Amino acid sequence: MTFLLQAVILLPKAQAMASQEIEDLATALARLPGLGPRSARRAVLYLLKKRETAFTPLVDAMERVRANLSTCDLCGNVDTQSPCGICTDPRRDPRSLCVVEEVSDLWALDRSRLFVGRYHVLGGRLSALDGIGPEDLGVASLVARVAAGGIDEVVLAMNATLEGQTTAHYLAERLEGYPVRLTQLAQGLPMGGELDYLDEGTLAQALRARKPMV
Amino acid sequence: MARLFTPEHGLQVGYVQGGRSTAMRPVLLPANLVTAELRSRSPDQLASLTVELSTSRAPYYAEPLAAAAFEWVTLLTATVAPDDQPFPRLYAALAALLELVCVAPSARWWARAMVQYEALLLAELGFGLDLERCAVTGERKDLAYVSPRTGRAVSLHAAGVYAEKLLPLPAFLTSDAEPDWEQLLQGFALTGHFIERQFFAERRADPLAARVMMIDRLKRIAG
Repeated sequence: MTFLLQAVILLPKAQAMASQEIEDLATALARLPGLGPRSARRAVLYLLKKRETAFTPLVDAMERVRANLSTCDLCGNVDTQSPCGICTDPRRDPRSLCVVEEVSDLWALDRSRLFVGRYHVLGGRLSALDGIGPEDLGVASLVARVAAGGIDEVVLAMNATLEGQTTAHYLAERLEGYPVRLTQLAQGLPMGGELDYLDEGTLAQALRARKPMV
Repeated sequence: MARLFTPEHGLQVGYVQGGRSTAMRPVLLPANLVTAELRSRSPDQLASLTVELSTSRAPYYAEPLAAAAFEWVTLLTATVAPDDQPFPRLYAALAALLELVCVAPSARWWARAMVQYEALLLAELGFGLDLERCAVTGERKDLAYVSPRTGRAVSLHAAGVYAEKLLPLPAFLTSDAEPDWEQLLQGFALTGHFIERQFFAERRADPLAARVMMIDRLKRIAG
C-alpha cells in the first residue's frame, strides 16, 4: 500500500544552546527595560566574545556601584555616596532648588547642564488612584529643606500630566508661607515641533506662554 | 489601556496601540474629549481603540482648582460606574460639568454642578437621595435635613431634637436657589457621606483623597 503524504520537516528537538549560568544571565538581562529575550541573548553573546574589553569592565563597574550604592539623604538622588555628588558640588548654586518626581527626571534635567542649582527628588507623584499620598513622597524633607532657609527659588519641575500638575499645586500650597520664589517649567512647543502635528492642548499652552519678540 | 466614558455605551476599556508615544500622550489625558473607534471580535475580548482628540482640557491642569476637579470627577466615574452600561444622563452631566470647570469665571459656578453630578451619580447607580418629601410627615415644604442612614429628606419641623444627627440639606438641591459657599460645602458633605458609604466602604478609599484635596481648595477660597 502506498500513501502520498504531505509533511513539514521539523528541526530536531530544541536543546539549550548554552549552560544554565549563561541562560540565567540572558534571562536576567531580558528583565531590564528596553531589552527583550532576543536582544538579551545578543548582549550576552557580545559580552562572551569581548571578555576582556567589555565583560570584565562591566562586571567590575557593576560590582563597584552595587557595593557603594546609596540614596542621598539630602535630595533623594541615587549615587555611590551620600550626600550625592550634586549636593556636595561647591560650584552649584545652593539658593536654587529644582523639585522632580523621579531620579530619572533629575538625570534628564542635569544632562542639559542648564540648571546649576540643586535638586530634590520626591520619589513619585500624588496619585489618588494608586493610593500615593504626601506621606509616601519626600514632601516633608522638601519642606524641611526650604524651612531651613538659604533657598531663594524652588523650581517645580513636575510632568505635564494631571497627576504631575496636581503634585505641583500641592507643593505650591505647602511652600506658600516661605520666603521663596516658586516657579514652574514652561509648557508649549517642543523643539523641532511642527504646529500642524501638535495637539490643541500643547498649542493652547504655547499661545498662553507667548512672549514679545523685541 | 484607556478608560473612556461614552454617551451610548457607558464606560469602555480598550487598548490603544502606541498609547505611550509622544503623539498619543497629550491625547490620553483625563478629562479630554475624544472621538474613538472601538473594535473587538467578541464582547469578551479586550477592544482595541483608535482615538482622536476633539477637545483638550490639559491647559486647565495649570489651575489648581480645575486640576483637582478633573482628577476627582474622572476618578470617581471610572471607579464606580460599571463597564458597558449606558448612562446617557450621567454622560451629559459629566460633559457639561467638565466644560463648566473650563469656562466658569470662578469655582463657585461649577461647585454647584459638581455636587449635583455626585447626587446624579448616586441616583443613576441605585443609591439616589429621596429629596421629594419628608420621610416623617410626607410634607414637601421646609425640607432642611437628610437622614444619613436612609438618604431621605426630613423637614425642619419633623427634625426636632434629632437635627444634630441629620445632614443639612442645602436649598439648591431641591430648588433653583443660588447657593452661597456654606450651602455648597453642606452639599459636598451630604453627597460625600453617601459616596463614601455606598462606593468606598468595602474597598480602598484612596480615590477619596482627591475629593478631600478639591474640597480643601474650595474651602480656602470660600474663606
